Amino acid sequence: MKVLVAVKRVVDYNVKIRVKADKTGVDLANVKMSMNPFDEIAVEEGLRLREAGVATEVVAMSVGPQAAQETLRTALAMGADRGILVKTDETVEPLGVAKLMKAVAEEEKPDLIIVGKQAIDDDSNQTGQMLAALLGWSQGTFASEVNLDGGTAKVTREVDGGLQTIELKMPAVVTTDLRLNEPRYASLPNIMKAKKKPIDEKTPEDLGVDISPRLKTLKVEEPAKREAGVRVESVAELVDKLKNEAGVI
Amino acid sequence: MTVLVLADHDNKALGAATLNAVTAATELGGDVHVLVAGNGCAAVADEAAKVAGVAKVLLAEDAMYADALAENMAALIVSLADSYDVILAAATTSGKNILPRVAALLDVAQISEIVEVVSPDTFVRPIYAGNAMATVQSSDAKKVITVRSTNFAAAAATGGSASVEAASAAADTGLSTFVGAELSKSERPELTSAKIVISGGRGMQSGDNFHLLEKVADKLGAAVGASRAAVDAGFVPNDYQVGQTGKVVAPQLYIAVGISGAIQHLAGMKDSKVIVAINKDEEAPIFQVADYGLVADLFKALPELDEALG
Repeated sequence: MKVLVAVKRVVDYNVKIRVKADKTGVDLANVKMSMNPFDEIAVEEGLRLREAGVATEVVAMSVGPQAAQETLRTALAMGADRGILVKTDETVEPLGVAKLMKAVAEEEKPDLIIVGKQAIDDDSNQTGQMLAALLGWSQGTFASEVNLDGGTAKVTREVDGGLQTIELKMPAVVTTDLRLNEPRYASLPNIMKAKKKPIDEKTPEDLGVDISPRLKTLKVEEPAKREAGVRVESVAELVDKLKNEAGVI
Repeated sequence: MTVLVLADHDNKALGAATLNAVTAATELGGDVHVLVAGNGCAAVADEAAKVAGVAKVLLAEDAMYADALAENMAALIVSLADSYDVILAAATTSGKNILPRVAALLDVAQISEIVEVVSPDTFVRPIYAGNAMATVQSSDAKKVITVRSTNFAAAAATGGSASVEAASAAADTGLSTFVGAELSKSERPELTSAKIVISGGRGMQSGDNFHLLEKVADKLGAAVGASRAAVDAGFVPNDYQVGQTGKVVAPQLYIAVGISGAIQHLAGMKDSKVIVAINKDEEAPIFQVADYGLVADLFKALPELDEALG
């Protein structure tokens, strides 16, 4: 059984981003980039399936500029078998990524595709659902547990109010939530080994996919700032302020 | 222009976030229709018909819609889509699960978690966990939108008198089946619609200590939340989590107890009207967004607060 995972190169989650002065976007110059944290969980889940003897191969793909190759190398260092980079310098929206992934899936014929539930840059939370739709496959989003059994995948999902378990007909698309697993760190020997693993490069044109954007970003601004308020000295003063000044209790 | 709002519900009652979604739909202009798809959910349709601003309710009842599984729900919405210019839902886990599937089947972009309608084709949405706000313009003829409910007022639950029409079910995709659900049972209000929320962080030290928060919550009629650190430490279940990757709340009063105030957490609560922070570390970043800050040991402050509230 083959597993396809997707990884996105994003601004590292520890970086405090800055909006550009001309409001055209977020400043990415000299900013540390890393693999989207939800995608690390996707890679880890694929590796665990292979280690459990359920999957035989884990293929990692990414859509992005040449530098996204580094993100793929990270996935390979974690243990993925090989990589596919769909190279483009354009900003690709989730619908475009889903179309590119569909084209790759038609060549690779995976039984399961695992992606992060959202990327921490654009926070769209769309690609997995869109990919499942385009392939006509089932979807298990926001997964906190995945169990494969024969032709089905049992997926426990994090939903408002608790957990929901569903059974998916395979092939399926699963999107990861935070608590699906704890991704491993790549060891130094594995980082060295990953340098020799193959990464196949393609372009959207090779795959015959139109990735033209449907949305135009008119401007990007800082959110309204909240001003720090006052310090209170005691619980009694706090309760008094909430009752008589703010009027919220 | 006609907007179709997908109702969030549990087959018994209309989810509160649907009222906020109706307001966002009204701001787009044109007629607002609401789709109630489920099983044995006629009461939900009647409830939706009373919501102010709703012109028509479509009721699709079938066993395959009972649990709002994405594959069949998306097929149903796509079968109705010809009559609509916009398909919109609150960004609940259900809306986020279903609508991108609809968008892809219609070959259009989805505009996720809008916080403002600038014009019928232009919207503001948070990116980078709310650390930047993007204004985006859609070029698609048909638009698929999810709405961050805390940024739109709730439409009045009564005052409307829409007609309820039956909608035929679409073909069963047979792709997924419901196995079970474990929903947290609580007498307290739901986190995303509560007027007061009191949340605990890593400073609570254990799940048992959350009873200190719960006592105060019950006196205030508040919902109980938690930071990601408290959830990851196993103090409370996942659905307590307030933050970028958890729930976004904007109550009248948010009380953060033993929460340092990571960006991740602030993204989920910074639109609250009044924020109170109780933390023994006076340097904690949470104090930078708090209207009232109390530097104190929470194990002393919480019992005192409980006492003061009588």
